[in-house]
Amino acid sequence: MQVPAQFDYEVATSVEEAIELLQRHGPEARLLAGGHSLIPMMKLRLAFPEVLIDIHELDGDLRFVREDDGTLRVGALARHKDLLESPVVRERYTLLADAEKFIADPLVRNMGTVGGSFAHADPSEDLPAAFVALGAEVVVRGPNGERTIAVEDLATGPFETAIEPDEILTEARVPRAPHGSSYFKVERRAGDYASAALGVALWMNEEEIEDARIGMCGVGSTTLRAREAEEVLRGQKPDEELYKRAAERAAQECDPPDDARGTPEYKRDLVRVLVVRAMEQAVSRARGGTEDRTADGR
Amino acid sequence: MRIQVNVNGEMREADVEPRLLLVHFIRDTLGLTGTHWGCDTSNCGACTVHLDGEPVKSCTVLAVRANGHEVTTIEGVTPGADLSLLQQGFREEHGLQCGFCTPGMIMTATALLERTPRPTEDEIREAISGNLCRCTGYQYIIKSIEWAAKHGAPTRVEVMP
Repeated sequence: MQVPAQFDYEVATSVEEAIELLQRHGPEARLLAGGHSLIPMMKLRLAFPEVLIDIHELDGDLRFVREDDGTLRVGALARHKDLLESPVVRERYTLLADAEKFIADPLVRNMGTVGGSFAHADPSEDLPAAFVALGAEVVVRGPNGERTIAVEDLATGPFETAIEPDEILTEARVPRAPHGSSYFKVERRAGDYASAALGVALWMNEEEIEDARIGMCGVGSTTLRAREAEEVLRGQKPDEELYKRAAERAAQECDPPDDARGTPEYKRDLVRVLVVRAMEQAVSRARGGTEDRTADGR
Repeated sequence: MRIQVNVNGEMREADVEPRLLLVHFIRDTLGLTGTHWGCDTSNCGACTVHLDGEPVKSCTVLAVRANGHEVTTIEGVTPGADLSLLQQGFREEHGLQCGFCTPGMIMTATALLERTPRPTEDEIREAISGNLCRCTGYQYIIKSIEWAAKHGAPTRVEVMP
């Protein structure tokens, strides 16, 4: 039987109370949202917090997905299924819905939260990569007020973030919707973590790619942004040759771990293929195309 | 910690350790052994119950998390000595062999049919993709759910006339 080691349990009834509890209990306390990453790690003794501060009662404040004045705002307690089912996400931030289809299974998506997938900082987690492509930031609140952190700067290492022990992540914000976007992933079996996965967001005019952003996961010690590949794409007319050049850059920018999900060279090859597929799909969507490739790109 | 949980419409109270998992609270504390305890790693879905109406894997939820909330187990969707339409579907279409995954399948499919009374085959496949079966394969389970949809499920306690 797998059960977590003993811990003390607190329930926060407001964001302020959660911060007070974090201050009182110090760095060995952890926030508990959906628990679908933290509880399995506690069962395996990969995590052993002394205190869990349960924040599920903050749904009223932190569970939302909405667009305010052109900014997409996703509350930390929005469930994976909330993102997947959100009409505004499906229509305007399509790569988030693409990514969600790959995340675990529907039962897990009923409990797992968006905030949790940021705060857990698993380098193979899909959502942070998709949000990196969107140029998103997260809002964290602590005893001294609120601050924002770019998603690409959030993870400081595997399972480590720039969030202070007495801070709580409250929401993610996407400042502008892309004109086209897509997310592709290769996984060993349905619902698994990525062997390699990446999201592309594009801003285009009639002819050219004005701006492009690429977020990758499973191919480094944190979520990665493929800055040099983006540079290759910027200001260019989209075509297959361009995608291949960008894909080659992205493959060089990652540093994949050698593990059960594949060798570094295999994962680099996946990146080469996935950048091209993701670009084709995102450009097609930016131009109003509605025909999607199957989720794994075949 | 003292918790109060509405389980299948009945308020149940117990003193539990914070680390007690919901699946063990249901099976060991309350004696409701219809919920199965399978992989323990949130993969297999045998432990699926409804928490506030949503199907979740109870091996990955703390019992204290359910304090003040509603839990429905397989016993709660089984009308007395009878079978729900969905359960009848599993009988009619041979949707089970060893039966280990069945309570989880029924809980997931019950939630599906409540939201989507006439699901497509793709919707059924997607909905049960977090529930693993090692005997019959999924074909007969899908047929069982389709049988129930055709005969007018959903409902938690409706009995076929």
